[in-house]
Amino acid sequence: MFTDVEMCEKPDVVSTPYGSTSILRIRNLNVFTEDHHILKDINLDIPKNKITVLLGPSGCGKTTLLKCMNKLTDLYQELKVSGNIFIDEDDVLHSNSNIPAIRQKMGLLSQRPYPLPMSIFKNVAYGIKLQGVKNKSLIAETVERNLREVGLWEEVKDRLHSPGASLSIGQQQRLCLARGLAVKPWIILADEPTSALDPISSKIIEDLFRNLKQKYTIILVTHILRQAVRLADHVVFMNFGEIIEQGKPMELFKNPSTKQLKEYLVDGN
Amino acid sequence: MNRRKLIEERFFKLLSSIASYSLIAILAFIIVIIFVKGFHALTFDMVIKAPKGGFYYGGEGGVLNAILGSLYIAGGASIIAIGIGMPAALYINVNLVRHHALQNTIRYFLDALWGIPSIVYGAFGFTLMLYLGMNASLLAGIITVALLITPIMIRTFDEVLCTIPKGLLESSLALGSTNTETAFRVMFKQGFSGFITAILLAFGRGIGDAASVLFTAGYTDLIPVNLDEPAATLPLSIFFQLSSPIPEVRERAFASAAILTLIILVISLTARALSKKYSKSNLQ
Repeated sequence: MFTDVEMCEKPDVVSTPYGSTSILRIRNLNVFTEDHHILKDINLDIPKNKITVLLGPSGCGKTTLLKCMNKLTDLYQELKVSGNIFIDEDDVLHSNSNIPAIRQKMGLLSQRPYPLPMSIFKNVAYGIKLQGVKNKSLIAETVERNLREVGLWEEVKDRLHSPGASLSIGQQQRLCLARGLAVKPWIILADEPTSALDPISSKIIEDLFRNLKQKYTIILVTHILRQAVRLADHVVFMNFGEIIEQGKPMELFKNPSTKQLKEYLVDGN
Repeated sequence: MNRRKLIEERFFKLLSSIASYSLIAILAFIIVIIFVKGFHALTFDMVIKAPKGGFYYGGEGGVLNAILGSLYIAGGASIIAIGIGMPAALYINVNLVRHHALQNTIRYFLDALWGIPSIVYGAFGFTLMLYLGMNASLLAGIITVALLITPIMIRTFDEVLCTIPKGLLESSLALGSTNTETAFRVMFKQGFSGFITAILLAFGRGIGDAASVLFTAGYTDLIPVNLDEPAATLPLSIFFQLSSPIPEVRERAFASAAILTLIILVISLTARALSKKYSKSNLQ
């Protein structure tokens, strides 16, 4: 009745107000636990090459929504998922889909970094090797390019074979970003990626996101209003598992049309 | 800190330290007794010679047959336990991550298997042996000890895998890994120090157990060269020598016990060093 989606709708091509088509389309998404309706009829189009911020108070379902996108909800027995999430022609929630291939289209950056138990080099090379790349010089080149892209190369080039866990937490988060970028994702799913970082490391990550949106679509979960203001091209405000309002940040924050967003903005400031 | 809290703090500190140090004292006491009682019999011949004629009446020879038999049986059983235990523990923690009830059921059965006395494994191994038409042999001993130590191996490794944050599993899967790639390339490496501990515990239990090999491995003064030959083990060798009325033979029992203790200590220290090395560097 749930995850094994009842029927597979054809993806509709939707234009977004940003002059780009949507890269990810969510239709009628519902997530339940035994006694709780976590996400309620979510319909959302994620614009390509923009930063979409999922904003809302803790416990409103932002992270669950993010985990639905790359089907990590599969790891949680208590979650029952229904609906459709389309990326390209694939329905992420459809059980017949090639989930590892779909997940490679969406890099994940968690609240705190989880470097794999291997060297810095191997961390970045891990995903490429999974794709079957064996050419050593190509792997080395990809590792360097992605470490440069996240501004980590100069800091680690002399200790590429040290454990990933030996880096500072801010560096680890950038390593995880480089690791995700190495598999050439379409979308970066960032779940409060700066919540465990110091202000300087947070700023580096935010600056990276601004640059990366030229090539990637970023979906950022945050409950920090100021971060949303700084980064968002599109804001989706959620509360109690529902999308309350969405739109361009300045329009949304200047003229909130719902009481809930007004209250959140007042409390957030 | 008020007076009552101060007394409470001191009392529990004293109680905890007595409990901790008494364990060390007990271990030291056991080792000292074994070495003191077996000191005179602890000769080089004991470890390089098999029993000669009249060994159990105070004649010449050593317990090389039992040392090698024990190492063969514990080593062989550990290899089987690793072969079964490692994938099983990874399966429980990766493939069954969303099936809590099944995970708990498997863990319950493994804990029950861990708790079964080794003589029961011995009896089961003996029945199995008869059913398959096997004689008491090295192979039968290895299989029986493997049955005994595999649950220990799985649960010990499983306990370590349980402590790995779910975020690491998610990170690996999010990169496009399959469950198998995540299990063997990420979770296994992350839990490697626990894996070493699991092998150590399983091997230690295997090499020190007498009841499971009593019916299955048999006993011989010869060094086994084939899997279908009977094999002596150190625990049984100690048992037979200790049952002797001759003081020299009983002294040799303590010397054999000292050898068994030394083997376990060496393996334990090596495993700890390896475990420390890998957890420190977090695998490069």
